Amino acid sequence: MKRYSVFAIAREALRYHSGWEKAWRSPEPKAQYDAIVVGAGGHGLATAYYLGKNHGITNVAIIEKGWLGGGNTGRNTTIIRSNYLQDSSAAIYEKARSLYETMSQDLNYNVMFSPRGVMMLAQTHHEVRGYLRTAHANALQGIATEFITPQRVKELCPILNIDGPRYPVLGALWQPRGGTGRHDAVAWGYARACSAMGMDIIQNCEVKGVRSENGQVTGVDTTKGFIGTKKLGMVVAGHSGQLAEMAGFRLPIEAVALQALVSEPIKPCMDVVVMANTVHGYMSQSDKGEMVIGGGTDGFNNYTQRGSFHHIEETLRALVETFPIISRLKMLRQWGGIVDMTGDRSPIISKTPLGNCFINCGWGTGGFKAIPGSGWAMAELMAKGEPGPLAEAFNMWRFKEGQFIDESVAAGVAH
Amino acid sequence: MLTLECPYCGVKADETELAPGYEAHLKRFGPGSSPEEFEAYMFARKNPKGVHFERWRHAYGCGKWFLAARCTATLEVFGTYPAQVSEPPADIIKKIQARRPEWKSGWQPDGKGTK
Ligand SMILES: Cc1cc2nc3c(=O)[nH]c(=O)nc-3n(C[C@H](O)[C@H](O)[C@H](O)COP(=O)(O)OP(=O)(O)OC[C@H]3O[C@@H](n4cnc5c(N)ncnc54)[C@H](O)[C@@H]3O)c2cc1C
Ligand SMILES: [Zn+2]
Repeated sequence: MKRYSVFAIAREALRYHSGWEKAWRSPEPKAQYDAIVVGAGGHGLATAYYLGKNHGITNVAIIEKGWLGGGNTGRNTTIIRSNYLQDSSAAIYEKARSLYETMSQDLNYNVMFSPRGVMMLAQTHHEVRGYLRTAHANALQGIATEFITPQRVKELCPILNIDGPRYPVLGALWQPRGGTGRHDAVAWGYARACSAMGMDIIQNCEVKGVRSENGQVTGVDTTKGFIGTKKLGMVVAGHSGQLAEMAGFRLPIEAVALQALVSEPIKPCMDVVVMANTVHGYMSQSDKGEMVIGGGTDGFNNYTQRGSFHHIEETLRALVETFPIISRLKMLRQWGGIVDMTGDRSPIISKTPLGNCFINCGWGTGGFKAIPGSGWAMAELMAKGEPGPLAEAFNMWRFKEGQFIDESVAAGVAH
Repeated sequence: MLTLECPYCGVKADETELAPGYEAHLKRFGPGSSPEEFEAYMFARKNPKGVHFERWRHAYGCGKWFLAARCTATLEVFGTYPAQVSEPPADIIKKIQARRPEWKSGWQPDGKGTK
């Protein structure tokens, strides 16, 4: 792999940019690997990357039915934060957030991590109490967050209407080192680094079946034939239920659509991320000037990557109330992704009923922020066969034991 | 935009008039059941890509719960029927088979027949 640098740019500028190499190879699958990761979204690619980097396992294939980063990783609104309530959540999301701080250097790929600050508005007394509690919990977890006054909210984001007639802003939970990143670049950066370690990223190859013998996976049937493996990691977000069915077990997961949209680009007008959970919408501004907007999930199982229009209307209604200046903005594009919602709104990083098969899913509406931490924890689980401290609480048997990691109250909105 | 016909009042209701209730025909387990049975009832879901049976409530209409047969891969609706049944009625199964000849009736709560 040729490194990207200011010298590389200068060198290529002098030779008509003829020397750039492909960011990753596109090989045909080998017959057998030490480990296969199904799904080349951020979580699958990060899993493969840390398998190589932290555990020295590089005879790895990442199998993707579409194009890499084409799932939720390339469809999300890129909010990164770690101000969760429960200790096990805070640990893995903060691990991820801190890895984002150095990801561009680590991968030699600019992922445009922008710790511009994330603000979660409190617009009811219930929310004020909830966020005060989260701020105290975060203080104990060593995560820098703070409950701020409406005046401070207005200073940080002048376009915000803090005296709305329905839900005036009563304060906010503020995480100054939260922010956004470039979603595609995260997938591309990991893919390039994986390929450089000799891993095979096999796109346009769908896994159709999981073969096992005596409770151990032997390989997967794909549209490019059978591929053998010693270990299998399933990291397919919305399609996790399908993969689990191929392997013969069920998950506490429903697949539903979540949508996002962007406006026409305008001059810089907000340099923080604002989430308004009571009225149900959130917004940030991209470097291109578009307002990036998201709202709630649909309430029914859906695999079409198309959501219901009335949710867009509800989201925009909420945001026009919160940011009156956007009332005449035109919306340019809108799209949907299929998110994997668990019973307690927390992810699953777990062993499965098959000995050498592991699953990472259930990130639902909020897993972009977790990509590096999740990959780190999943790689450890796959390499050692046992979960490390980051993954332990997220096993899929917690539903039987009643050991929920309940974040549904702490995170009232989809993000 | 999803439109389902309420089998009680006959209204073709838009989804904004309905409240979703997810998987139908779940077998309920309560006190005295094993942790595995209770977990399966509470959490383990079919979540199929394809034919699915669901609960819906005509929330802003007659208020009643009914069931719907739908395809989650295309959003096609095969039909709706009253909720007072423990399995999909024969005419709904026929409609599904007409549209999805490859589909094998997999509505059983224990997952039998899904493969
Ligand atoms: C509209 C929207 C907004 C969001 N906003 C945020 C946000 O602001 N902040 C945040 O943190 N999170 C957000 N999320 C959630 C976040 O996008 C996801 O949690 C995260 O991207 C999941 O990554 P992944 O790698 O697990 O899944 P994906 O990126 O979906 O990757 C899974 C891959 O598996 C592949 N696959 C599936 N089945 C098979 C098969 N049989 N064989 C081979 N490959 C298969 C798919 O093609 C896909 O590429 C949002 C999601 C959506 C949809
Ligand atoms: Zn009705």
